Amino acid sequence: MRLKLVKDETHIKFFKHNKWTFGASLIAVIASLVIFFTNGLNYGIDFRGGTMMRIESPVNSGVGAIRETLAPLGLGDISVTEVFDPSAALTGEVRYEYMLRVEQQGDDETAQNEAVAQVKAALDAEFEGIIYLQTEAVSGKVSGELVFNSLIAVVVAVIAILFYIWLRFEWQFALGAVAALVHDVVLTIGIFSMVGLEFNLSIIAALLTIVGYSLNDTVVVFDRVREHLRRYKTKDLTELFDEAINETLSRTIMTALTTLLALIALYVLGGDVVRGFTFAMIWGVLVGTYSSVFVASEIVLRLGVKRDWSRPDPNAGTQFAETDA
Amino acid sequence: MLQFSIWKTSFILLICAWGLFSASPNVFYSAAERSNDAVAALETGLPETPELVEARDSYPRYLPTDVVNLGLDLRGGAHLLVEVAVEDIYIERLDGFWTEALRALRDERESVGSIRRQYDNPNELRIRIENADQMPLAIETVAALTSPVVSLSGAGARDFNVSSENNELVITLSDAEKLATDERTMEQSLEIVRRRIDEAGTREPTIQRQGATRILIQVPGIGSVEELLKLLGETAKLTFNQVIGAPTTDAQTNPGAGNFLLPSQDEEGVYYIVDQIPVVGGDELTDAQAAFDQNGQPSVNFRFNTTGARLFGQFTAEHIGEPFAIVLDGKVVSAPVIQSHIAGGSGQITGRFSVEETTRLSILLRAGALPAELRVMEQRTVGPELGADSIAAGKIASIVGFAAVAVFMVMSYGMFGVVANVALFMNVTLIFAMLSAIGATLTLPGIAGIVLTIGMAVDANVLIFERVREELRAGRNPYRAFEEGYSKAFSAIIDGNVTTLIAAVILYMLGSGPIRGFSITLGLGIVTSVFTAVWLTRLIIGTWLNRRQPKTITL
Repeated sequence: MRLKLVKDETHIKFFKHNKWTFGASLIAVIASLVIFFTNGLNYGIDFRGGTMMRIESPVNSGVGAIRETLAPLGLGDISVTEVFDPSAALTGEVRYEYMLRVEQQGDDETAQNEAVAQVKAALDAEFEGIIYLQTEAVSGKVSGELVFNSLIAVVVAVIAILFYIWLRFEWQFALGAVAALVHDVVLTIGIFSMVGLEFNLSIIAALLTIVGYSLNDTVVVFDRVREHLRRYKTKDLTELFDEAINETLSRTIMTALTTLLALIALYVLGGDVVRGFTFAMIWGVLVGTYSSVFVASEIVLRLGVKRDWSRPDPNAGTQFAETDA
Repeated sequence: MLQFSIWKTSFILLICAWGLFSASPNVFYSAAERSNDAVAALETGLPETPELVEARDSYPRYLPTDVVNLGLDLRGGAHLLVEVAVEDIYIERLDGFWTEALRALRDERESVGSIRRQYDNPNELRIRIENADQMPLAIETVAALTSPVVSLSGAGARDFNVSSENNELVITLSDAEKLATDERTMEQSLEIVRRRIDEAGTREPTIQRQGATRILIQVPGIGSVEELLKLLGETAKLTFNQVIGAPTTDAQTNPGAGNFLLPSQDEEGVYYIVDQIPVVGGDELTDAQAAFDQNGQPSVNFRFNTTGARLFGQFTAEHIGEPFAIVLDGKVVSAPVIQSHIAGGSGQITGRFSVEETTRLSILLRAGALPAELRVMEQRTVGPELGADSIAAGKIASIVGFAAVAVFMVMSYGMFGVVANVALFMNVTLIFAMLSAIGATLTLPGIAGIVLTIGMAVDANVLIFERVREELRAGRNPYRAFEEGYSKAFSAIIDGNVTTLIAAVILYMLGSGPIRGFSITLGLGIVTSVFTAVWLTRLIIGTWLNRRQPKTITL
């Protein structure tokens, strides 16, 4: 018996309720933007500057006690949270891990390092056997550059991808694919803003991977559409897209599932350091799978495609490998 | 045609064999690493102690021994990004030039009248002279003190710009000299930082220049950055000592009371006997630069502050023809012979130097003190406990992720799922083989990249198998169905992977630290996954189909 998640032949009409699906995507994008502009993001020290410390205590020191210990130092806004570890439920090992965040200390870089020393001294005096698992202090100057570089990275990646799709398909496909990417990125930023998860450098990496994954998904559908466009010169475009998506549906679900399996393993067992990253990826795989059908394809449908593939068009896409690999 | 030619087949198998071979030391990570460390230690000339030999032989040296470098987040260690305050030097240089200019102008006092410095802008040196009509003479006098810039880009330029405004001389550092000064400052800072950290004997520190004015310091294995900060704050000791007697090669020589026996830095086995009490200390030195003497030979110019100048002048006047030793960290850097009385606090060290040597010597001479303040822009420390936790977590996540995907593939595609899993295993092996071969660093985000690759790598096989299913349904025979499946799925596989590769390459180029680690494994994973999922599975399935010639298959 083979496990078949999707029947051999499906005839789902994906674009039957396109007003609803496309509308839902639009609303989700707008809602994400609204949340982002009102709530903002919980920027990590990579982007905001400041100090982050991850400490482990042999006993349950309590968030409140740590906060009280550090308050008299006068280092401004200090946040203390206990690290949540879902794998503890599996291993039964209880650990008292805390995350401390101290806001950026003025413009003077040395103040940052002094703050680190002060915090350590205060904690060592109050509690016994504190282990400093991780300490990070980033000055405002560097974090400004990191923000800028990350923005550039995302923008350059999207432009490069737009160019590649345009080269391989046609401009409508490129626009559709990029619209789906923007949709995925905006929705991911939206959920981070809504939930208040820390947004740091590794989330930027996650965003770009989501871009890559979502695009991979979109390209598979587009590739099939391209094939059908050559075969059926007159078939209704919506029907053609429906068929292409139905044919690739089994693969879409399979790949999303295998990726999700690996990601969930990482989310649960990979430790707290990569948890934000994995959360973003899981969300991105779900949104990216949705968007390749309901955003990317939808937009190509709305823009229309040049149907006559028999005549060579100098602007049309090229296909590398139709024959033997 | 599903089968490959014998050449292609051997090539694919060869790559797989290489992958297994090269990745193998990572399975025995600690043994291989211990062995590598021992070899490295022996290469530095340490004696062959039984422990070292035992450690070296704990892993067979005829097998590949390169293992992946573990990043700081996995091994634990400190990461510092410091900025060198290069602008501080400009002001120092102008202040230094003021002393020289004052001396030169004093000699012309009868013509130019009284001289006074105007302090309103620290970035320029303004000297007011009494007789404005003598300005050309003043400019000429001061300009004579400037010297050509020793650098490739600033050929022909001089170090200071001298101009005038009414009755004021305006002296600024030329742009060429600023560039040259920045370079010097950075070189010196790097040199000092490197020497400091090497001194501490830490394992494989990375000290890199980053951008124009920054230094990236990574020291694995230290649990707290405070130690590192202290290490960088310490000043090396530089002294100028009188040399007593001739240099010797006997390390057991008794230097006599009040003297030191010091080894030479460059000449192996040569020792100098020097006076215990230095003539001048390094803290009296304000500058040292590579230059050329009047014969055009490379030399090193140095300058003392007032106290140093007086002491040094006195000493040189009394000891013409005798050598003195420039001692750094207990080693004699050089022992030039005093040619003449050196008054005025600046001197020139000449010898049979090449330009590289004078550059290095001038760096060493100034290495006593950090040339400019180091500002810590970023500090990241990971304790070894968290590193070990992260490795363990990464391992478990990878194994569970791999197992889940593998089971799922077998459930969905049966025997062909097993083939896909072989490819997947080979894929991970090849990633590790390549990481080890190119000496890349594996970070925690890098492990995340591998786990993600595991999930995504089967995509190519899923695409192919789903396509084959379609072709089988369309009534093709198994062989033909696989042929069609591989060829038709290929364009989607290539397009999908190229786009992800674009994202990975951009991440690598624009990203820093953790992001880079992730992009390396993701990028490598994409390349290897296309190889294993397309070519390797095709080789296996093609060979099988050819042998068995099945009439029907279930997929």
